[in-house]
Amino acid sequence: MSLDTVKNAEQTPDSVQPWAELGLKEDEYARIREILGRRPTGAELAMYSVMWSEHCSYKSSKVHLKQFGEKAPASDAMLVGIGENAGVVDVGQGYAVTFKVESHNHPSYIEPYQGAATGIGGIVRDILAMGARPVAVMDPLRFGAADHPDTRRVLPGIVAGIGGYGNCLGLPNIGGEVVFDSCYQGNPLVNALCVGVMKHEDIHLAQASGAGNKVILYGARTGGDGIGGVSVLASETFDATGPAKRPAVQVGDPFQEKLLIECTLEIFAEKLVLGIQDLGGAGLSCATSELASAGSGGMRIELDTVPLRDKTLSPEEILMSESQERMCAIVEPGKVDRFLEICEKWDVIATVIGEVTDGERLEIFWHGEQVVDVPPRTVAHDGPVYQRPYARPSWQDALQADAPTAGRLLRPATGEALKEALLAVAGSPNQASKAWITDQYDRYVLGNTVLATPEDSGMIRIDEETNLGVSVATDGNGRFTKLDPYTGAQLALAEAYRNVAAGGAKPLAVSDCLNFGSPEDPDVMWQFAEATRGLADACQILGTPVTGGNVSLYNQTGETAIHPTPVVAVLGVIDDVTRRTPIGFAEEGQLLYLLGDTADELGGSAWTEVVHGHLGGLPPKVDLERERLLAEILIAGSRDGMIDAAHDLSDGGLGQALVESCLKGGKGARIVVPAELDPFVFLFSESAGRAVVSVPRSEELRFNDMCGARGLPVARIGVVDGDVLDVQGQFTVSLAELKDAHTGVIEALIS
Amino acid sequence: MTTRVGVVTFPGSLDDRDAQRAVRLAGAEPVALWHRDKDLHQVDAVVLPGGFSYGDYLRCGAISRFSPVMETVIEQARLGMPVLGICNGFQVLCESHLLPGALTRNYSLHFACRDQKLRIENATTAWTGDYSQGQEIVVPLKNGEGRFVAHEHVLDELEAEGRVVARYLEVNPNGSYRDIAGITNAAGNVVGLMPHPEHAVEPLTGPTTEGLGFFTSVLKQLVNA
Repeated sequence: MSLDTVKNAEQTPDSVQPWAELGLKEDEYARIREILGRRPTGAELAMYSVMWSEHCSYKSSKVHLKQFGEKAPASDAMLVGIGENAGVVDVGQGYAVTFKVESHNHPSYIEPYQGAATGIGGIVRDILAMGARPVAVMDPLRFGAADHPDTRRVLPGIVAGIGGYGNCLGLPNIGGEVVFDSCYQGNPLVNALCVGVMKHEDIHLAQASGAGNKVILYGARTGGDGIGGVSVLASETFDATGPAKRPAVQVGDPFQEKLLIECTLEIFAEKLVLGIQDLGGAGLSCATSELASAGSGGMRIELDTVPLRDKTLSPEEILMSESQERMCAIVEPGKVDRFLEICEKWDVIATVIGEVTDGERLEIFWHGEQVVDVPPRTVAHDGPVYQRPYARPSWQDALQADAPTAGRLLRPATGEALKEALLAVAGSPNQASKAWITDQYDRYVLGNTVLATPEDSGMIRIDEETNLGVSVATDGNGRFTKLDPYTGAQLALAEAYRNVAAGGAKPLAVSDCLNFGSPEDPDVMWQFAEATRGLADACQILGTPVTGGNVSLYNQTGETAIHPTPVVAVLGVIDDVTRRTPIGFAEEGQLLYLLGDTADELGGSAWTEVVHGHLGGLPPKVDLERERLLAEILIAGSRDGMIDAAHDLSDGGLGQALVESCLKGGKGARIVVPAELDPFVFLFSESAGRAVVSVPRSEELRFNDMCGARGLPVARIGVVDGDVLDVQGQFTVSLAELKDAHTGVIEALIS
Repeated sequence: MTTRVGVVTFPGSLDDRDAQRAVRLAGAEPVALWHRDKDLHQVDAVVLPGGFSYGDYLRCGAISRFSPVMETVIEQARLGMPVLGICNGFQVLCESHLLPGALTRNYSLHFACRDQKLRIENATTAWTGDYSQGQEIVVPLKNGEGRFVAHEHVLDELEAEGRVVARYLEVNPNGSYRDIAGITNAAGNVVGLMPHPEHAVEPLTGPTTEGLGFFTSVLKQLVNA
C-alpha cells in the first residue's frame, strides 16, 4: 500500500484522482488544486470532499441561512450565536442554556436503530462541547403512512434506537413529535434535540490557540464505521489490503458516551481545556480543521498515534471515520497529566495526537511522512457557495386553489356527524396518543422533569433552590408548509412559541432543523428560500433569534420530495417551575375560555386529512403580534395563578385540544358553541394564535379584566365537569369512549 | 449525628443523583461512593441506584457485582447493614447472590416507562417500615430488563417467608413472576426493587411523593437501632 504524501503529490501532478466518486464537482476539484498550488494528496482530497459536502458545508443553503443572522432581533439573552457547536442563551441567575436540533434522517432509513441512536449521541456531544451538562433530549419524528408495511420496519427500530441510546445516557426524553404522512415513506425524518445547562463562566468554544498546547483525542477508538464515500478512495486509488466495504452508518455505544459525558464535565470543572470539539460528521477532518481555523496559529497532528479499533485503516480512512463517542480537546502542556488522569478514572482512552503550532497550516503526519498540508480555513469554511436556481412550482397555484370549502368537502352537519368526526380525528395516527412510543423513553431520570410529553412543552428544573427552569417545544407542519412555505415555516415557529408559553415559560430563542428535498430541484429550492425567509422574518418579529440548527437536504424517494418540513424548536425560561401550567383539566367547576379568534380555516387541517384525505387551499393565517399577546397572557395567567390548565390549539383544532385536556386531567367538560360560530368551524378550524384555558371561578373577573385591558379576544365556552365531553345541543361523548378512540392506535398499527 | 446513606456510582449509573436527592429529602446525608473504592466511608446504609452499570454488558449487573465497592457492600450486607438496590441495583443484588432470582428482558421486549401502582406486601423490612402492610402506592417504573424470574420453589419460599416486598397492581409491566416488584433477604435488611421510589419524592417532578417512605424507613430504623 503506497502512501500518498505531500511530496508525492508534488511529484505526480497528473495522477488521476477519484474526485467525482467522492462527490466533488469538477470546478470544486480545480479550486482545491488552486488553493494548494498542486494536486491534493489522497488524505487532503478526502478531507476537502467531506468538508465541502452539502452536509458539512451548507453550500446550497448558506445564501438563505444568512438571513437568520441579518434579521436576528436584538436579544440580550444571546451569549453565543450561530456557527458554534450550538447557540447559548442567558436564562438568568448566572445560568446559560444551550440547545440544538439536528437531523439524522438518511442513516435512520438505512439502519433505523443505529441511525436514530447515533443521532442522539451526536447532538448530545454538540451540547457537551459547549461546556454544558446535557439535561434533556427530544425527538421530532416523521414516518411514512402508519399502516404501510415499511413503517412497521422503520418505526420500531428508530424508537428502540432512541430509547436504547438515550435511556442509557440518563437523559430524560421530554417531548418531540410523531407524524405520519406517506410523503416520508422512503425518507423518514429523525430529528434529535438536546438541551444543556451551564454557568456563564463555563462556556467553551471550539478553537485551538497558543503554540505548544496539546491536541488530545479522547473517547472511543477509531474504527472503520461511518466512512461512507471515502472507501471509494481507499479501494480505488490504493491497493487496499483491509476490508474494502465498510458500513456507512455509524454504530453507537451509549455506555462509552455516558462515560465521555461524566469525564468531560469533570475536566470542565477543573478548567483543563482551552478549546473543545466533538467528532461528528467528517470525524477528525472536521474537528482538526475547525479547531485550527477558529483559533490562532496552525496545528500539527501525528495521525499514527490515533488509537484504532482496526489496525488496517489508512490515513484517509482515519481522517474520515465517523466512529462515535469521540472528542478532541486543546490542553495546555501543564494540564495534560491531570486531563489524562481524569480520563483514566472514567476508563476513557485519551491520547495526545498533536499540538498547536505558530504556523498557519494544518499539517498531518503519518509515521513521520506528511500527508496533509493545508490552510485549515479553506477546508472548514471556504467551501463552495451555490446560488441554486429556484422558482415557484408550476403546481403551487392549483394546490392553493383547491381550498376545502364547504362546497367542495362535505362537512358534518349534525351532532352525530360532528361526534363521528371528532372521534375519527382523535383516533387518527397523527392525533392519537403516542404513549406506546414515548413510554419506551425514560422521562424521569435526573429528577428534574416538570413537564413531559403529552404536555405542550417539555420543562426541566435547572435550580433546585430557586426553581428556575427552562422549557422546549418542537413543532413543524409539512402540510401547511407545502401549501405555503413562507406561512408554513412561520406557523411552525408560532406553534412552538405558543406551546412554550402555554406551559408558563417565556420564549427566548429558536433552533431549527430544515428538512427538505433536493436543492437541485428549483421547486424544492423555492420552498427552502420561502421557508427560511418566513422563519427569519417571524423570528425578528417575535424577538426570538435563531441560535443554530441544521439543514437536511435530498430528503426524497426517487424524484418525489418530502413535504418541506422545517422543524422549529423554541426555548423558554420560567422563573418558578412550580407555577407551570399543565394541559389537563383537573378541577371540576373551573371555567373554560377560548383565547383568540376562530375563522373558517381548514386548509391543510387534520380534519381534511383524516376524513377526506385532502391537502389543498391555504394554511391558517399567521398574526405574530397576536401570538406575542397570547403568550404574554398565558405567561401572566400562569404566574399570577389565574390559569390552572392551558392547551394550545393546533392540529385538530379545539375539538382535539378538548379531547386531550379532558383525558389528561381525567375530567369531562360541558361546552357551549358561541352563537356567532358554526359548530363545525368551532371544533375543527385550525386558526393560529389560540389556546383553551381553565380558570378558577375566583379568578374569572381578574382574568377577564386582564384580557380585556390587553385587547385579547376571549370567549367563555364552558366548564370542567363530570365524565363526559358534552358539546351542548350537538353531542355527548364519554371519556371512556374518547379514551378508546385515542389510545392503543399506534400499538395496533405497529406491533 | 446525621445518618449517612451511601449511593454507589458505577460507570453507567444514571439515577445516582436522584437517589442522593431522595436521601437528602428524607433527612439523611447522602454520601457518594465510587465503584473502585472499597471504603464505604462510614455510611450506615447503601443504595445501589438505577442505570446501566458497565453498559449492561454481559448481563445486567454481572460486571458491577465484581467491582471493589461491592466486596465491602456484600460483606456489610451479610452483617446486617441496610442495602437497597433499585432497578439496576436490584440486578446487582441478584448477581451478588444477596437476593435470589434474576431479572430478565421484559415480556413485551420493550423498555417501559410508566407510573406504576404497587402494593407493599411487607412493611417490616429496613426499607419499608414507614408503610403500612398492604398499602398501595404509585411510583415510576422504567426498565427494559425488569422481569423477575425464579424457580417455583424459590418463589414459594419467598411467599411463605413474607419476603415479597412489593407487587405490581393492575398492570404487570414486565411479566414478572407472581407480579413481584421487589423482594428482601431473610434478615430484611437487603431489599431489591424494580420500580423507582427515588423518582416519587417531590410533587413537582414525580407522579406522587409515595416513594419517599423507602428512605424515611431506613432512617428511622437506623436511629432506633
